[in-house]
Amino acid sequence: MIPDQPSRRPRLNPEKVHVAAVVALWTTAGVTLAVLAAIIVFILVHGLPMLTPEFLLAQPESMGRAGGIFPTIVGTLALTAVALAIATPLGVGTAIYLNEYSRGGRAAAAIRFGVDCLAGVPSIIFGLFGFIFFVIYLKMGWSVLSGGLTLAVMVLPTIMRTAEEALRAVPASYRQVSFATGATTWQTVTRVVLPVALPGTVTGIVLSIGRCVGETAAVIFTAGTALRLPLSIFSPTRTMAVHFYILAREGLSMPHAYGTAAVLVITILLVNTIANAIMLRFRAGVT
Amino acid sequence: MELHDRREEKCKLRVENLSVFYGAVQAIKSLSLRVYPNEILGITGPSSGGKTSLLHTINRLNDRIPTYRHEGRVLLDGDDIYHPDVDVNQLRRRIGIVFDLPTPLPKTIFENVVFGLRVAGVRNRTVLQERTEQALRDAILWDEVKDRLNQPALRLSGGQQQRLSIARALAAQPEIVMLDEPCSGLDPISTLKIEQALWDLKERYTIVLVSQNVQQTSRATDRAAFLLMGELVECGPTAEMFTNPRDSRTADFLEGRFG
Amino acid sequence: MRLREFVIEKLLFIAALSSLAVLALIAVFVFIEGTPIMLREGLGSFLLGAKWAPTKGSFGILPMIMGSIWVTVGALLIAGPVGVACAVFLVEIAPRQVADVVRPAIQLLAGIPSVVYGFIGIVVLVPFIRETFGGPGLSILSAAIILGVMVLPTVISIAQNALEAVPVEYKQGALALGCTHWQTILLVILPTARTGLITALVLGMGRAVGETMAVIMVVGNAVKLPINPLDPARTLTSNIALEMAYAAGAHREALFATGVVLFVFIMILNALANMRLRRRGSHR
Repeated sequence: MIPDQPSRRPRLNPEKVHVAAVVALWTTAGVTLAVLAAIIVFILVHGLPMLTPEFLLAQPESMGRAGGIFPTIVGTLALTAVALAIATPLGVGTAIYLNEYSRGGRAAAAIRFGVDCLAGVPSIIFGLFGFIFFVIYLKMGWSVLSGGLTLAVMVLPTIMRTAEEALRAVPASYRQVSFATGATTWQTVTRVVLPVALPGTVTGIVLSIGRCVGETAAVIFTAGTALRLPLSIFSPTRTMAVHFYILAREGLSMPHAYGTAAVLVITILLVNTIANAIMLRFRAGVT
Repeated sequence: MELHDRREEKCKLRVENLSVFYGAVQAIKSLSLRVYPNEILGITGPSSGGKTSLLHTINRLNDRIPTYRHEGRVLLDGDDIYHPDVDVNQLRRRIGIVFDLPTPLPKTIFENVVFGLRVAGVRNRTVLQERTEQALRDAILWDEVKDRLNQPALRLSGGQQQRLSIARALAAQPEIVMLDEPCSGLDPISTLKIEQALWDLKERYTIVLVSQNVQQTSRATDRAAFLLMGELVECGPTAEMFTNPRDSRTADFLEGRFG
Repeated sequence: MRLREFVIEKLLFIAALSSLAVLALIAVFVFIEGTPIMLREGLGSFLLGAKWAPTKGSFGILPMIMGSIWVTVGALLIAGPVGVACAVFLVEIAPRQVADVVRPAIQLLAGIPSVVYGFIGIVVLVPFIRETFGGPGLSILSAAIILGVMVLPTVISIAQNALEAVPVEYKQGALALGCTHWQTILLVILPTARTGLITALVLGMGRAVGETMAVIMVVGNAVKLPINPLDPARTLTSNIALEMAYAAGAHREALFATGVVLFVFIMILNALANMRLRRRGSHR
């Protein structure tokens, strides 16, 4: 036995330190979950009583102080639809090009860099850009189209990255067999690779719906704040998130703000649940 | 001379002075080889001897590897398969390949078999069904799966999956079928089934069977080629090579003196 | 057939260029709109001027730059340790079933709209700060706490990737030498994942600097140089969002110029993070 080195401080027992650290880590994770749960419960407790069919399906009255939020639901759906209709083909197309066609090289590296940068651009910058480019320069005005295009640009990196991840997870042997049997690259993509990568790709698209629904800064200057039912993609509109922001910030009506927030939170919960369910079934299918 | 010319005419596939490189690594060194119609040519030798590289060059699967390059020529019925006018997908339909691991696509058994036909644009239901039955019979799998053609191929056993891979290659009606260690992961019974299928098939196809397994090569091939470290050591009628190898390295390999 | 393949490949290539094209468009349009006023006012007086009275011709954004820095640093002081701790928990400590619950929960945290965070800030956090610490409540501290929670998911997911990339052999080696699991984490795993963890912080910083709606709602938006975390302040983002609705002429240009500053800052952060990610990638 070697005698313990004399030391000024009593030596900590490593086992005890380990236990303390593990407890601390569990606590941190627990607190994080508790914060999430508190936010959701708080909104739902205050907002659920507001959620009647009238609230969802009626026109708003006196700037949203009374009545329902129907036009903002339609506006949100319209913007999301436009955004996904544009961003899905571009994002999935980019992923297919990078993963199935390009064999590395400078163009692919530049494109990846572009996607990474775009993913980091804050939504207020997308708002500024959408305003100056779509609203002013392309003369689309505040409209469903301007807002939808701005959102499309914003979710493009999300869709592209999840699609690429899904494509990468497809075993190389499938491609090899397909090529060896005489399939072209495009036939291999459409008949073999995409069907396998579909769940992952769809997950990305579903998560993008969540981002479109919750986004405020990028749409408030591009789709406008008009509280009317949008009748075409050239009409201005107000999304739920923007409506909620205006209600809360201008203190128009707390109950209506809570109600709208509850709709937002429930939508996000749904979107995430669906995305996770798809992902789980996908994983179960693979193994 | 006359005899030589007739052989020349009948040659199905000719490899001339082929060297294959992956980046700085040379996988095949100036290899020349002929494959005649309706024979089973065995290619044997220890691992990393260039067997798979050779098959992937003949099927042009290597096209997708950026660092790949080759010298020399590969002629199918006298035509260079790397000629710019050659449609690579058409070529791959003429030269089928079966890989070492069973690789069913995540589709039904039926869709696996008709995959090559579908990508070739065949839509006629009757044709698809006839070819499926023929191909599955040729691969000695029909009786086991005829009642569940619409089930996922991934549910088949390993041996069945490999015979399905063979059926998939056959359904496209290639002229040459190349098999890369088709029995490496299989039990002896499945192996025998596949060897039996190959004997029946050579009436209609030209077959190249790559196998590290000396016994299999001796059992299942008409002629054999021995590849060692990218070099063709010798090539000749199987019986002759196995009883009386010309090169001492061949003898060493056949007697199991390589790892 | 070959023609079709060729056309499809070109179409996909064009789709792939869209991201780069959009990035270029964003840069060009925001810069065209924003740089003239910077040059007119002088870059120095624009960036370092303390007086912002756009309707009276004073365009100094130093208070907003300082506001953004305070809020961001505050957010990272929370999200950094908590985020890394959560990532360590997920990768090293949590049993599989627990991790399978925590992961989607954190994804959900990322999905909650920023206006909802801001709202929670107004109705819960701001009154709490006002009553506990004094001051107006609408403050840098409130914004930092809200932002800290908001950027957690970013920090956690990237830190998690970094920790997962540590070779198992390193861990086994340390355990074999008699280290406790915690010593292994502290002395082997965290140092090995260092670059990835820094990347997580840098990208979290990018998210915090760029966040707008939640910050507007809780930060107070007063244009003055902050000296105390309980002071209200205004960030670059909230400056843009607050005044865009009614700005015109030079005022609007000044807001786009604010956007330029923000954009350049974010791009620098991204470039840093991507360089680190790439370098780590090449090691593997």
